[in-house]
Order: sequence, then structure tokens, then C-alpha cells
Amino acid sequence: MRLDRELACRDIVELVTAYLEDALDAPDRERFEEHLVFCDGCDNYLEQMRLTIRATGSLNGGSFPAELEEKLLEAFRGWRVG
Amino acid sequence: MDQLLSPEEARLVEGLRAGEEAAFAAVMREYGAGMLRVAQMYVSSRAVAEEVVQEAWLGVLKGIGRFEGRSSLKTWLFRIVANTAKTRGMRESRSIPFSALGDAGDESSVDPDRFLGSGGRFPGHWAVPPESWAGAPEGRLLARETLDVIERTIERLPPAQRAVITMRDVQGFTADEVRNALDLTETNQRVLLHRARSRVRNALEEYMR
Repeated sequence: MRLDRELACRDIVELVTAYLEDALDAPDRERFEEHLVFCDGCDNYLEQMRLTIRATGSLNGGSFPAELEEKLLEAFRGWRVG
Repeated sequence: MDQLLSPEEARLVEGLRAGEEAAFAAVMREYGAGMLRVAQMYVSSRAVAEEVVQEAWLGVLKGIGRFEGRSSLKTWLFRIVANTAKTRGMRESRSIPFSALGDAGDESSVDPDRFLGSGGRFPGHWAVPPESWAGAPEGRLLARETLDVIERTIERLPPAQRAVITMRDVQGFTADEVRNALDLTETNQRVLLHRARSRVRNALEEYMR
């Protein structure tokens, strides 16, 4: 990804995933990080995004319908490696 | 075989082959909801998605004996679900959402009103900057109620975003594993993840205020 002008906060919020995924070129990465040095709002934003990811990671994977699981289990019981 | 699998995955594969119900339960606990979310990306209803998961599971049972561990077990599982769902989706003649990234192409990550307009000295900079969450009471972010907010937000995401954030952030797949399982380009995977995470952050910011 290549950027061609100074970054505004509005740009930072669109690039934050590319930054966290290490998908920015070195010069763009540097500009992104320079912006954070003087911008508390964006620094907070990045921190919020990291905390969001961490909290999402503590979900238990979502619910799976018991009825469906029962059907899969039946198939599993009825099956033997051929 | 199995040298590419983690020890946990190798044990799961052995358990499934041996017909152990503990292995079955572990797979369901870990991946069941994710499989359903992947199926929902390609078909029109939750009911059809459940049928897809059943059909895919028969494919898993048929293939597990020959599974050689050239990809991780979870990538293999999710590929089977995705392929089964795609086939079913085509039969339903439903367009595959990825062609246009669903409705996610150009939405803003943050409400545009949060930024200063082009008239002033600092166009595009924060008018209402995000606050630090460091001052929040210890544990609030991981409290049951907060996690419910996240869960509900994910449930309401467009199907492709919901599947990608589930795989990446809930189940811990790498970007490459998601790309391989769902046949996504690097950019599409990242855009879907970005849209999904942005919406979850927005919901949390609203809740944390």
C-alpha cells in the first residue's frame, strides 16, 4: 500500500488494520507512527483497536445450535473409518 | 504424517479417526459456530447454512482418514465448509458476496462527523477525539456485559465480515489461513477484517462512554 500525502486522523482510522497486519510499506509505516507521536486521539484509537481485538479474542466462539450438534454427532456415531 | 500439525491438532485428528466423542465435542466447541458463520457467507438463510454444515461434516468424516496434515486441521475443515457452501449457494443461484465485498466497499470506519471539515485549519483531524480506555475500571472490558455487546455486534455484521472476524479474532486463524480457507485475496481479507473490527470498536466506544 502506498500513500501520497500527509496523513490526517481520518486516514489513520482507515489504515489501522493495515498497520497492525504489517501491510504498510516502510515509509508509510513511518508516517503512520509519526502521526501517533503528536496525536493523542489517534494514539487512543489504536489502543482501543488493540483492546477491541483482545476482548473479541476472549469470546467463547459463539453458540452452536444443540439440535444441529446432535445431528452431527449421530452422523459421527454411525461412521467408521473405511 | 502430521508433522505440520500442532500436537493438539494431531491428537484431534487421531481422536476423530478413532471415533472418540471427546474429539468430536472438542471440534464442535472450538469450530462449530465458526463453521456455521462461514456457511452463512454463501447461502441465503440460517436454515440452509445448517444443512451445509451437516453436508460438510459428512465430507469431513469421509476425508479424515486420508487427511495428511498438509494444511492445519482447522484450515482443512473450513475449506470443506466453504466449498460445500459455495456449491450450495450456486445451486441457489445466489451471487457470491465477495465479488463486491458485500456492502463493505466504502463505508467509513468512524462516523465522518467525528472529524473536522475541509473549511478549517485541520481538515480531517479529530473534532471529537477518542478517549483512552485506560481509566476504565479494571476488568470492565472483559466483563460479561461487554463481551455480550461484542457478540451482538458480530452477529449483526454482514456475513463475510462476520465470518472473517470470527476466524481471525475469535478463533485465532492467521491471515493466510483465512485466505486459504475462503479463497480471498490479501486485500479482501484485510478489508473485511477492518470493517468488522471497526464496527466492533464503535459499539464498544458507545458502550464504554
